[in-house]
Amino acid sequence: MPVVEERPLLLQDRRLVPVWEKVRAGERLSREDGLLLFESGDLHGVGSLADHVKARLYGDRVFFVMNRYVNPTNVCVLSCAFCDFARKKGEAGAFENSIEDVLAMIKPGTREAHIVGGHHPDWPFEYYERLIAAIHAARPETQIKAFTAAEVDFWWRRWKIEPREALARLKQAGLHSMPGGGAEIFSRRLQKRLNFTGKADADRWCEIHGIAHALGIRTNATMLYGHVETLAERVDHLLRLREQQDRSGGFLTFIPLAYQVGNTKLVPRQTPPTDDLRTIAVSRLLLDNFAHVEAYWVMLGEETASLALHFGASDVNGTLEDEKIAHMAKAESPAGLAREQILRMIRDAGKIAVERDALYNVVQVWS
Amino acid sequence: MREKVEAGRRLERAEGRWLLTEAPLLDLGSLAQAARFRRLPERRVTFVIDSNPNYTNVCVTDCQFCAFYRKPGHPQAWTLGVEEVLRKVEAAARAGATTVLLQGGHNPELPLDYYLSLVRETRQRFPSVTPHFFTASEIRTMAEVSGLEVAGVIARLKEAGQITLPGGGAEVLSARVRTRIAPKKGGPDTWLEVHREAHRQGLKSTATMMYGHVEEPEDILDHWEAIRDLQDEHGGFTAFVPWSFKPGHTLLEKWIKHYRGPSAYLRMLAASRLYLDNFPHIQASWFSEGKRTGQVALSWGADDFGGTLFEENVHAAADYVNRTTVEEIVTLIREAGFTPAQRTTTYEILRTF
Repeated sequence: MPVVEERPLLLQDRRLVPVWEKVRAGERLSREDGLLLFESGDLHGVGSLADHVKARLYGDRVFFVMNRYVNPTNVCVLSCAFCDFARKKGEAGAFENSIEDVLAMIKPGTREAHIVGGHHPDWPFEYYERLIAAIHAARPETQIKAFTAAEVDFWWRRWKIEPREALARLKQAGLHSMPGGGAEIFSRRLQKRLNFTGKADADRWCEIHGIAHALGIRTNATMLYGHVETLAERVDHLLRLREQQDRSGGFLTFIPLAYQVGNTKLVPRQTPPTDDLRTIAVSRLLLDNFAHVEAYWVMLGEETASLALHFGASDVNGTLEDEKIAHMAKAESPAGLAREQILRMIRDAGKIAVERDALYNVVQVWS
Repeated sequence: MREKVEAGRRLERAEGRWLLTEAPLLDLGSLAQAARFRRLPERRVTFVIDSNPNYTNVCVTDCQFCAFYRKPGHPQAWTLGVEEVLRKVEAAARAGATTVLLQGGHNPELPLDYYLSLVRETRQRFPSVTPHFFTASEIRTMAEVSGLEVAGVIARLKEAGQITLPGGGAEVLSARVRTRIAPKKGGPDTWLEVHREAHRQGLKSTATMMYGHVEEPEDILDHWEAIRDLQDEHGGFTAFVPWSFKPGHTLLEKWIKHYRGPSAYLRMLAASRLYLDNFPHIQASWFSEGKRTGQVALSWGADDFGGTLFEENVHAAADYVNRTTVEEIVTLIREAGFTPAQRTTTYEILRTF
């Protein structure tokens, strides 16, 4: 563990002093602390606390992975109010990739393939199983991170495959880890308001991640913020993830996802960068049992993602050679950012870029 | 450092160096906000409705960082007549602009009368517009073509109705840097003397800095010291405006592929706010650094959001384009947590939103 130089923190908001005392002592923060961190006018103070935690863990190092995003299909039975990606079967813009199509998208040497898709009404579970097996056979060097808990839950709803069985079979086929999507925001109020009652709720989402962890499958977690949620709902979401991590321990990275306005327009504009930076910082501070908090540049934009490296983020995701979901919502960042651009984003913040694999094994330190 | 900032005491060069090279970025933001609110206690951020047209791209100065100019006789070289420029001023005035920042290359074919007519006619025909015309090096060009001293040129411009000068062309006010990237533009004094004379005659001006190329921290410290000293003499600077060099299509692009990122920008703004203790305003640029970085910059010591820039051609020549509207500027400032207010060229408040 790198030694962090103890220096007096500049806290303009004196209410942060007791929180700082807890952070310094490695004590767990409360729900009230979380609310205070979101509401305090002292953005620099909140960021400094989070930066202290990040530096204690990793010094100046920031991680990224050479990865490829693959969406087998955007056909989806759901109609979540925040989603620009989903299409109904036969609707203009709907796509359904074959296993061969997907294989063609994953170039030899790809370190990590991130695979998520819509809840397709007709594709049997066996299709997904074959897909993973085919990728694993053709690209044994590629770590396959696939399927959100929402998709796993859907296979139960549609095909009555128990998540434990589904995940065990996928693991057998070559599944390596699971992404953290589909968590959206843990709130019954918003499940109704944003029309995703037909999707795994907080209990079910956490249950499936717990099952994955028990099977030795590491997973990520997300939170969709910057739409119509309250700050208290954000805090409760984070605390629920912390509780699940205490129980099952298999989460690697937390990724706050800034809502993209696109065509769904739940709010007129994307949340401002100061809110992104604060959300990263508060996540780093509340999620004391998560190894990493990620600044997902596709949603934040490269510049805000780079600044987030001063606010507790220790990862920027990766090169993402294709990212249809955010792209269809007109995220401003160009898809397919090459390694050079990722390195610049990290170096611009004065940090050391560390290329990793899906489990954070170091591939190369880029000085 | 904190005590010094709270007491409003002047920073030494070594302290400036620490701000530029070592200070943690978040501490820097916190200190800069303390200094900003000490000088300007209201949570208000100003902006100006403006346009930046150009009258010529003909230039004999061959700066290595410039993608805008063409040599005299080049097929893409152009120079507008007085009436053509005034049509641009008229378009800006119709769109609500109160400032027109007019600048151009150093074109030895243009007589002093050309420049004086532009100021005089703008004043007469568009009284709502402040002619924020001509940077220091253009005034040097006017002196050369007319045979007048710089003081004489400024007196004539003032007589024609000019009350402010834009601060462009400073680049980095260090002999080493200017020799390297703009050898024909002269040393720091060629810029400083024009502003000194303008301030002496009662004009206001801004000071700029284009960083992110060949400069070292010592060059930036030279720049800050030069403008801080000059500000002590007459108090004629309204604002300091730094921006990052955009390498597209310039000679320097060979060595510098990309502009400096947002961390460097926030550091520059915050350190400027702390070091330039006699400057009333520090301007953040949504235009040159991006709207989202511009918003964050309002928490790093800046109190002004620049202008609407209805027309802009210099960054555009380097393939860097960014557009906005008054409504969007108001929204961006509000989202960043401040009250937007429209100002004049000389920072008087016209309207609070």
